[in-house]
Amino acid sequence: MLNSKTPSGPLEKKWKNYKDHCKLVNPANKRKLEVIVIGTGLAGASAAATLAELGYKVKSFCFQDSPRRAHSIAAQGGINAAKNYQNDGDSVYRLFYDTIKGGDYRSRESNTYRLAEVSANIIDQCVAQGVPFAREYGGLLSNRSFGGVQVQRTFYAAGQTGQQLLIGAYQALERQIALGAVEMYSRHEMLDIVVIDGKARGVIVRNLITGELERHFGHAVVLCSGGYGNVFYLSTNAMGSNVTAAWKAHKRGAYFGNPCYTQIHPTCIPVTGDHQSKLTLMSESLRNDGRIWVPKNKGDNRKGNAIPEEERDYYLERRYPAFGNLVPRDVASRAAKERCDAGYGVGTSKQAVFLDFSDAIKRYGKIECSKLGNHNPTDEEVRHHGMEVVKEKYGNLFDMYEKITGENPYEVPMRIYPAVHYTMGGLWVDYELMTTVPGLYALGECNFSDHGANRLGASALMQGLADGYFVIPYTIGNYLADEIRTPPIPTSHPAFEEAEKGVTNKINSLMNIKGAQTAESFHKRLGKIMWDKCGMARNAAGLKEAIQEIRALREEFWKDLRIPGGIDEMNPELDKAQRVSDFMELGELICIDALNREESCGGHFREEYQTSEGEALRNDEKFLNVSAWQYKDGKEWELHKEELIFEEVKPTQRSYK
Amino acid sequence: MEHYTMNLTLKVWKQKNTASKGRFETFEVKDISSEMSFLEMFDVLNERLINEGKDPIAFDHDCREGICGMCSMYINGRPHGPWHGTTTCQLHMRAFKDGDTIVVEPWRANAFPVIKDLMVDRSAFDRIIQAGGYISVNTGNAVDGNTIPVERDQAERSFAAAACIGCGACVAACKNSSAMLFTAAKVSHLALLPQGDPERKTRALNMIAQMDKEGFGSCTNTGACEAVCPKEISIAYIAQLNSEFIRGAVLQHEENE
Repeated sequence: MLNSKTPSGPLEKKWKNYKDHCKLVNPANKRKLEVIVIGTGLAGASAAATLAELGYKVKSFCFQDSPRRAHSIAAQGGINAAKNYQNDGDSVYRLFYDTIKGGDYRSRESNTYRLAEVSANIIDQCVAQGVPFAREYGGLLSNRSFGGVQVQRTFYAAGQTGQQLLIGAYQALERQIALGAVEMYSRHEMLDIVVIDGKARGVIVRNLITGELERHFGHAVVLCSGGYGNVFYLSTNAMGSNVTAAWKAHKRGAYFGNPCYTQIHPTCIPVTGDHQSKLTLMSESLRNDGRIWVPKNKGDNRKGNAIPEEERDYYLERRYPAFGNLVPRDVASRAAKERCDAGYGVGTSKQAVFLDFSDAIKRYGKIECSKLGNHNPTDEEVRHHGMEVVKEKYGNLFDMYEKITGENPYEVPMRIYPAVHYTMGGLWVDYELMTTVPGLYALGECNFSDHGANRLGASALMQGLADGYFVIPYTIGNYLADEIRTPPIPTSHPAFEEAEKGVTNKINSLMNIKGAQTAESFHKRLGKIMWDKCGMARNAAGLKEAIQEIRALREEFWKDLRIPGGIDEMNPELDKAQRVSDFMELGELICIDALNREESCGGHFREEYQTSEGEALRNDEKFLNVSAWQYKDGKEWELHKEELIFEEVKPTQRSYK
Repeated sequence: MEHYTMNLTLKVWKQKNTASKGRFETFEVKDISSEMSFLEMFDVLNERLINEGKDPIAFDHDCREGICGMCSMYINGRPHGPWHGTTTCQLHMRAFKDGDTIVVEPWRANAFPVIKDLMVDRSAFDRIIQAGGYISVNTGNAVDGNTIPVERDQAERSFAAAACIGCGACVAACKNSSAMLFTAAKVSHLALLPQGDPERKTRALNMIAQMDKEGFGSCTNTGACEAVCPKEISIAYIAQLNSEFIRGAVLQHEENE
């Protein structure tokens, strides 16, 4: 059994107790300690900036051309915080409880509680940095609702919350760069972790412009490299989002936690054809006002706005009256799949459902007309004013939808379908966010996280910033306090030599295959196996097939890959090939984990385990635990478990009815 | 929406690295669907080039949702192509018709050296931010978020400036390669909020000094930047920047008296 090192004491006192008793590093010693941070998304940028503010010497790395471009930037809808500004009954406990329940009772109570606890500080910090959150006419911060929740606790900046929060963290990071406290390396990819005497002591990175390999020492290494949704090829992740840094850490001894917990987001723009390179999310915030439906009759080919009210099936409102369109993501996604599989899908592919704003336009229009003293408005007046309100709330999302599909969503309902969006699984970490390799930390989406088997909307931004601004600054000190006598290790140390040699060999082997197929084509084929057999619904037979197919594909990859260009130059195809080779290994582990977890929970839905109403059926007897996989030389993995102890919340069958 | 396919001629800038000289190369692409994005059309072409044993075209891209600011193609003489308020990645092929010739170049500016083909180095933008594009507040210092109310209009104007994605289209469009719209967006975002007030005096001065140092040109108010900005940042923010600059200069002058 793995030890999470959760502090003792009552839940609401654990973090305070920890902070009161953890070791500290004095300012003079902080200046001598070096920390490497990989990735510059919300977790990475906030961690690098905050650690530098504290006085540590920080080196920060990202593969993009600027730290401001990390994929946190694409988050649209918002960030949760237990501020209770709306006076609607919110509290730290409720945010904690909603997150545990939303995650289908598969997260660690202590971490989730801490997340809820620091959530309010995040908003304060961001406001102080100049994040332009949406505000009410009185000048105070505005909130909206997100899925799986009955209070309004989501803070937002139009449909660009991720961008605004990331720019806040990026600005803090740039300030530290200007002060010389952070050395920034953009267009650099981490390709190995250097472990010396059992502790993480540095990294091997590749300069993507020159192709040169570099060695960097650190007293500790902090991974903030994001999630692995791109193992499915098509996802809402950025094209460059990858598992490579986390996977290298895994191969150096960091256990991988719950890899099969992947989140399929219910509202994305459907696939149009084989050329599709990525999928675009339509923010969950749209479910505040949009109603989801399919025609009551199979194969109804009329346009959405031509189907009369009585022939529409608002299936979420029908099945889940208490939460309606705002059920959690996993529930909404499966319900959409169920309708489409049953033959009620819409659009040319029939793999889509409607997300309709006509009622919201009417409702808001009436309110606006009433505000203007027009109590007997025409339909046209109502529509005009209603559209203005919807435009103000969701304008940029509607514009994006129109650019991609060529359809005007103010006129016809949007067509949407679930797509891979987020990965709850990731590197296993203890309460201090340390992996099983001492001195190696994982923050944000790349750790196995506080979200259990399903993440609630607007909680990813919260977790990234909680980890970076408010958790790691304390927990890393507890480790580094014992490192003040360790002088910087020269990068000529044999462990650096060995690690760099391994990277060189792998790059050479990839380049020397000189086969016929591109990295992109292998990635697409891997994605198809994953989506078909380890996607929204999984079963034992399919997963066993998937494992065999992935192994065969991997073999083919290593025999028939073609990479154009050279090693010592900017070569995006080589970068991609390396990432795909890691996805090929991870894909197998995801399927093994999904096969091993003989229950359904949150985003992991095994067809063999469901209630009579088609809901996820957990098996708490057997699976009230975290699966943490240890890498064993490429042949197999060894399974370790962390028992999940619920002292505060009693796991029950999740109900949103 | 009616779908169609098209055959196109592409004239694309190829350049091995910063030091080498570039040139246009011509490529024919066939059966391109009107539903593809512009970058997906490049994906199709690159797959073909690799299969033919040739070098693919290097270009920057990441989120493909119009928000990360990484994509940067100068298409038919216009940054990000023909659609208004749109990044390259959000441009879709229905903007073109069968038989079209499309010319694709990298951003061109001394401060943005070409790395390879259509990729340029925009780190100058990061250095402009380093010169003062932030609020000096350490983590943990903050008071409650609702302590200082911000007038809603003011917050929205600040937000509209903060919508800048740092792509550099404004520089690419400007005949002087000026970075004024980029700098103005950041200065305005912070100047319009009460939190940005304590550092107002020096922010514009320092950021403009850095802008000059990086080799960006001056602003002559042609408005080309505003016309191509994918986030439709208004040129009015340049007026705000100028007023911030003058305000800072006067206050600094008074202090030196």
